[in-house]
Amino acid sequence: MSSFEVTLIAGMALITFGIRYVLFAAGHRVRFSPLVSQALGYVPVAVLTAIIVPAMVIPDGQHWQLSLDNAYLIGGLIAILIAARWRNLLATIGGGMLAFFLWRWLAQGLF
Amino acid sequence: MSARFQAALHGARDTIPMLVGALPFGIIFGTLAVASGLSLGATLAMSLLVFAGSAQFIAVSLVASGAGLAVILLTTFIVNLRHMLYSASLLPFVRHLPQRWRVPLAFWLTDESYAVVQHHYHDAQTPMTHKHWYFLGSCLAMYSNWFACTLIGALLGHALPGMAGWGLDFAMVATFIGIVVPMLRTRPMLVAALVAAVVALVAHPLPYKLGLMLAALLGVAAGVMAERLNARERLEVADEQL
Repeated sequence: MSSFEVTLIAGMALITFGIRYVLFAAGHRVRFSPLVSQALGYVPVAVLTAIIVPAMVIPDGQHWQLSLDNAYLIGGLIAILIAARWRNLLATIGGGMLAFFLWRWLAQGLF
Repeated sequence: MSARFQAALHGARDTIPMLVGALPFGIIFGTLAVASGLSLGATLAMSLLVFAGSAQFIAVSLVASGAGLAVILLTTFIVNLRHMLYSASLLPFVRHLPQRWRVPLAFWLTDESYAVVQHHYHDAQTPMTHKHWYFLGSCLAMYSNWFACTLIGALLGHALPGMAGWGLDFAMVATFIGIVVPMLRTRPMLVAALVAAVVALVAHPLPYKLGLMLAALLGVAAGVMAERLNARERLEVADEQL
């Protein structure tokens, strides 16, 4: 392992464990302010959306690709439809990936 | 069989659906980690020591995109902050336990085990005595499954180096969509997601993945504001009806 890898993993491990343990450690003495606990509830949606949308629209990390031959965009939209309709994680992963690969295969011939 | 062991086994058994869901996620993590240039040892160590699926995925994609250490650690912090909510909600059930229990249970607290365990804690049918053993059983099942999947994925990634170009990174997009979309049940949640999406796109050219941070912060702020406006609106409607 390189020193970058060691620092990366040690840092991630400490941060992750710290977040999970700090309240367990403090036990009785903690109370969240209502604003903080309210804000924490929006963290997963905001973070994950901020990851998903650029991955769909800017798949190469450089240029917007709002076009039909962008399989990340089409596959993502189909995954969103599946998730909204069935609320099932496995179906969303499976259906989304199937749509992505089919679309990419089609797009290479069609567009 | 002792009652403790039985409780742990019960916890592991109730976690099986979550194990199935984590299976492709873990395998894909292993292949992507190797593809993004992480060594086999580092890939396995990350699953053993960090044990946080989404944060690991994001870290690996950040490594591949050449992001710096500080950005990756800050992102890890933000992405995992939700776990503080989980530990806050489980705190009443574990605060009586000695630290030698609280330390490992905190280390193994994931989205999946949280979902299973909090459900069990709220089940009044079973006595409280051995519920931390149930918690432990659920955690150990998730942990061993995650490690095994990472190993399989990393070995596959080594054997088939071309896998990096297969578009498997789309699996992460699909997984996150599967997590986020069912959460969009209220208007404030929808507002938070829309604001995060727009800011993430507009602020994308910013260096050090700052666009991601900005989008997350503004998304959270928008959600909180929308919730407060919603509540005020409801109060006003109630006033008019009186």
